[in-house]
Amino acid sequence: MAKISASVYTSHVPLIGVAVDKGLTQDDYFKPLFDGYEPGREWAAENTPDVVILVFNDHANAFGLDIVPTFALGMSETFEPADEGWGSRPVPTVMGHPALAAHIAHSVIRDDFDLTLVNNIPVDHGCTVPLSVMYDQPDEWPCKVIPLFINVVQYPIPSGKRCLELGKAIRRAVDTFDEDLNVQIWGTGGMSHQLQGQRAGLINPEWDHAFFDRMVADPEDLATMEHVEYVREGGSEGIELVMWLVARGAMSDVAGGPAPTEVHRHYHVPASNTAAGQLILEDGS
Amino acid sequence: MGLDKPYLDIPGTTIFDTDQAAMGYHLNMFAMSLKDEENREKFKADENAYLDQWPMTEDQKQAVRDRDFNRILALGGNIYYCAKIGATDGLNYVQIVSSMTENNADDHRQMMIDGGRSPEGNRYLHEWKDGGDPTTKKESRS
Repeated sequence: MAKISASVYTSHVPLIGVAVDKGLTQDDYFKPLFDGYEPGREWAAENTPDVVILVFNDHANAFGLDIVPTFALGMSETFEPADEGWGSRPVPTVMGHPALAAHIAHSVIRDDFDLTLVNNIPVDHGCTVPLSVMYDQPDEWPCKVIPLFINVVQYPIPSGKRCLELGKAIRRAVDTFDEDLNVQIWGTGGMSHQLQGQRAGLINPEWDHAFFDRMVADPEDLATMEHVEYVREGGSEGIELVMWLVARGAMSDVAGGPAPTEVHRHYHVPASNTAAGQLILEDGS
Repeated sequence: MGLDKPYLDIPGTTIFDTDQAAMGYHLNMFAMSLKDEENREKFKADENAYLDQWPMTEDQKQAVRDRDFNRILALGGNIYYCAKIGATDGLNYVQIVSSMTENNADDHRQMMIDGGRSPEGNRYLHEWKDGGDPTTKKESRS
């Protein structure tokens, strides 16, 4: 049977991808950030899954305003890196897992989540930067990836509670897939940052650290946080953190299982305009 | 009865909701078109001709010509869409983002290295002298 063995939470700042692509990770600016990624990379090398369900948001590259799905699951065999305006990143094609994606779609939609199912769609830095954070610059990514796009760009966006419940439904789906697969789920985006308006540049380390703590210890409580608090305290683009709750909902403790084990936590300011955070939890079951 | 929008009392911040999206549909789709190299070249070759292909308002077109990102966002633009205008100009996110603030790009980059903008005094409209009007820069605030 397939099993979700761990969850990873990480920022997906475009500049982090630029640093990897251009070999800048040991520069003064980037070294503290990448030094903090090293334990996560070691863990990732020892715990390479068969499939990652990668939760992120599109940034006006795959979807326009013509179609704004709240939750969209990538069903295809391949997903090409998008040109976001600066040219495509020189990273491998993201390989999907159509059979598991089909199983998740069937199960999660029957579990009352109205997923949009997408094929033939590019993936932007939201998907490829987390892969670079964990796997650096391989010739091909070491695992299959099922992209799960969450709309956090056009309000109203899904609530924290809805995201947590989606994670629970994904776990129930993966648990009933017959093939033996080691699956991880990654929640990406955040932490505090604001990319717009006169308030741009906002960073709130105290709030970010509390978010980490609540994410580990009491996700049900964290899921009640209103969007306006994310924006007021964590900046307008800090709202991306709501996506971490999808990954957290897929850990077995929220369905009555044992607590997960925290493997690694990393926090650094800045990566471009953003507070970069990372958390790794191994499932307790 | 109006919709509940609790985020309207955050200063210097425009939340891209369905009303903003309705106002900014053509503006954002113009900006998104710049994800394609061919379109970036067309835009650079003749900005006005390229803009005229999109049924945007004159105000929106002028805000784009001025690269006034605060105005672009006030007129329905979304930062992820409209950052592609900056990308077409060869700007990075720090340069685009800083243009909306009181800082130039170097000062903004340094502010981020120093820990970023504190949330203290930046949570509510009433904390800003100018009322946090998102269409103006921060020089006028306390």
